[in-house]
Amino acid sequence: MRAREDRRAGYLLISPTAVIVFVMVVLPILWTISLAFQQVRLLNLSTTGFFGEYSLDNFTEVLTSPGFLDALVNTMIYSVAGTACAIGLGLVAALALRAPFRGRGLVRACMLIPYVAPVVAATFVWKTMLNPQFGVANHYGTTLLGWNEPIAFLSSAQSVSLFGIDLHVSVSLLTVVLFEGWRSFPFAFLFITARMQAIPESLEEAAMVDGAAPSQRFRYIVLPQLLPTLAVLTVLRFIWTFNNFDDIYLLTGGGSGTQVVAVRVYDYLINRGDIGAAAAQALVLAAILAILVTVYLKLFGRSEEMA
Amino acid sequence: MSGVSRDYVERRVFGVLRRVVIFLLLVICLFPFYYMAFLSFRPLDAVLQNPGALVPKPGEIDFGTYKEVLTSTESGGQGFLTFIRNSAIVAISTVVLTLLVSIPGAYAVSRLDFFGRRQISAVFLGVYFFPAILLAIPLFVFFTKIGQRGTLSGLIVVYVAQVAAVSIYMLRNYFDTIPTSLEEAAAIDGCTRLQAMRHISLPLALPAIASNALFVFMIAWNEFLFALLFLVENRSKWTVSLGLSQLSGSIEVPTTVLMAGSVILTVPIIVLFFLSERWLAGGLTAGAEKG
Repeated sequence: MRAREDRRAGYLLISPTAVIVFVMVVLPILWTISLAFQQVRLLNLSTTGFFGEYSLDNFTEVLTSPGFLDALVNTMIYSVAGTACAIGLGLVAALALRAPFRGRGLVRACMLIPYVAPVVAATFVWKTMLNPQFGVANHYGTTLLGWNEPIAFLSSAQSVSLFGIDLHVSVSLLTVVLFEGWRSFPFAFLFITARMQAIPESLEEAAMVDGAAPSQRFRYIVLPQLLPTLAVLTVLRFIWTFNNFDDIYLLTGGGSGTQVVAVRVYDYLINRGDIGAAAAQALVLAAILAILVTVYLKLFGRSEEMA
Repeated sequence: MSGVSRDYVERRVFGVLRRVVIFLLLVICLFPFYYMAFLSFRPLDAVLQNPGALVPKPGEIDFGTYKEVLTSTESGGQGFLTFIRNSAIVAISTVVLTLLVSIPGAYAVSRLDFFGRRQISAVFLGVYFFPAILLAIPLFVFFTKIGQRGTLSGLIVVYVAQVAAVSIYMLRNYFDTIPTSLEEAAAIDGCTRLQAMRHISLPLALPAIASNALFVFMIAWNEFLFALLFLVENRSKWTVSLGLSQLSGSIEVPTTVLMAGSVILTVPIIVLFFLSERWLAGGLTAGAEKG
């Protein structure tokens, strides 16, 4: 009696969410698939529906168009490097703030500000700081650091070289990667800090009695405990960075070697009004992401078993 | 013996390094926002003439930027008051509607045994990892077709759908921690399920609901992509985020005025964040510790 009542109440309570998610998320995904196989443009939108003449033309167009491969490579570089920056910085921050001190709570809260601040405001202040004419970065770069000329951080397609090696990464792409690291490290910091608090103190105390130095305690005690958290963080951050549209669109508009697939989809949709091609491109993006995540989970799952 | 000295050396080195790192992290986290506030009070000429200034000179502080950014366009300003109103309507409606659907949903997923309960939360969470740009296309097409693209209500519905899943996930974790024995006691006293939920579990879950509300508010207030796609053609419907991004593309509006706009966009979020920081940080990591 109670069980049946529960089941009915369960359906009743979950149905509003189920309906809204189904109508606003699941159906649109199916519709994207349908649109990707049709010749739909903004101009002939009123005459198209769910069913129409299906063809593979959009995929051929998108995959063979100039710039697609570059966008894909940029997306990969941006996601991998951005994720690495965010997690690296988050780990450093979590370690630095591990031991208690006066005002630590406030410092921790301050660390989260780049993550909670509105993306439009954050990108705008970065754009202003990096401005070649009156930006504070270039002012001090040229006066204090001896740069020969201001650097156009967000509009330079020039390739970066490190120790004489050409990295095939534009200055702008490097800048947006650093922005991603700055903006997302608080998320990693939060997760890593939470996990660190759960490490039993007795382990490290025992190691200390045995004379282990701080670096050894990190290498042999803290790091192994953090690895599963770092693995989860890598997946989460990678997915979000891979799908990211806002940051690059707002910082560079996708120019000077920073065009990523998400920005390209927007470009097809709005500037060219080619809805079919935009949908096809978005599906390609989702498919590649799904493959990468599956491969990663396979590899990671196996290493977990071995350990 | 060398082990001891290595320990000693490392302690000294890391002790110093730690202070340096904390200082640098604070600078990179806070400086951009300090600079934002600082520029919003400076006249544009002063910025162009002396771009390196980092502290305000006495007598140089100028509130004119705020006046210009808030004044309506008819009176020669940038009309941010309208944007603030739009953002507030969108964010608050999103919070209310999301809670209305996600509180019962989270309760059901946490407490009630029904067919497909596990699958449903997995599907909901999967939504969170989908590229927003992929969803944007059909929603853009759909709302264009039904003639609702330029409306705030269309945007609100999209936001609710986007955050309902995460909201359920966060609230469910909290409902799971409330002992069922309380409700069972109420059931013995003759309460139905829904009465028990309303009078027992809901009041206990209030802190989680409050932090969830703030979380949803922040997402809706900060959101950019859907606002851009839906509202860009009609200036009177712009949110603060959209307004700032659109105006920063034109050269007619001085940077310092837009900095005042950025401050207006950022301050509510920072204030809410510091008011709720303890809850929010706990809420964000609640899922992490479990899995």
